[in-house]
Amino acid sequence: MSQTGWTDKRPMSPFVSVWRWHVTMLVSILHRATGCALYAGAIVVAGWLFAIVSGPDYYAGFEMLAASIPGQIILFLFVLSFLFHALNGIRHLVWDVGKGFDPKFASFTAWGVIGLSVVLAILVWWAADLFPGLPGLVDGAYP
Amino acid sequence: MSESIRTPLGKVRGLGSAKAGARHFIGQRVSAIALIVLVPWFLISLLGAVRGDYGDAQYFVSQPLNAVLILLTVGTALYHMRIGMQVVIEDYIGRTALRMVLLILNSFLSIVLFAAAAYAVVTIAI
Repeated sequence: MSQTGWTDKRPMSPFVSVWRWHVTMLVSILHRATGCALYAGAIVVAGWLFAIVSGPDYYAGFEMLAASIPGQIILFLFVLSFLFHALNGIRHLVWDVGKGFDPKFASFTAWGVIGLSVVLAILVWWAADLFPGLPGLVDGAYP
Repeated sequence: MSESIRTPLGKVRGLGSAKAGARHFIGQRVSAIALIVLVPWFLISLLGAVRGDYGDAQYFVSQPLNAVLILLTVGTALYHMRIGMQVVIEDYIGRTALRMVLLILNSFLSIVLFAAAAYAVVTIAI
């Protein structure tokens, strides 16, 4: 490919604009989109760890952002993206051993990944409050 | 047996496989398997720690088991996402110069994030 970029005017694969949308296509695109979103999420997680080591003054800023409504929405979307990407990743691993390619079954697992990731995200969001005493999670959780 | 599927031109060029072509493919899947194990713990712990105050977060990271698991999760995730983002860049960026710049930045950012996270975890834990 030349330095000046792509000059061929003909449409390129995957040619998204002419396809009728179907769920396997949506999930495939979402897998890549959530992967990119989690890239940004990793920057935030590293920032969180760095805020802790930088001291309470820096952490207060992070805490304020995380506790705000937009911060909470972003945090929930981060959890949802994480679970979606993980569940669809398992779907990909099953394909890698050569199973699950039947179109109807692939559509079924695609819907399953969407539904299960939403359910698990709500469950994790809720469980994190339910078990504040996970080993070492909160001061005094250890005897 | 394998000779029969090679074209005459392929035989003359003799380039064959570069011998490491499957490295990223396998690495991406092995790190994915590790992350499946780590992710449930990480998400619940992270949410719990973020919901507490500064002392809670510091205490959480300082526990030996948590510190090791955070390092494993962050390290594996950064390896996984570096390869993943490389594929995305190679797929969508046609211009060679821009592609090279983004690939290098992707490598740098992944390594910088690991250095920052590892420094933070080790410093808090010690």
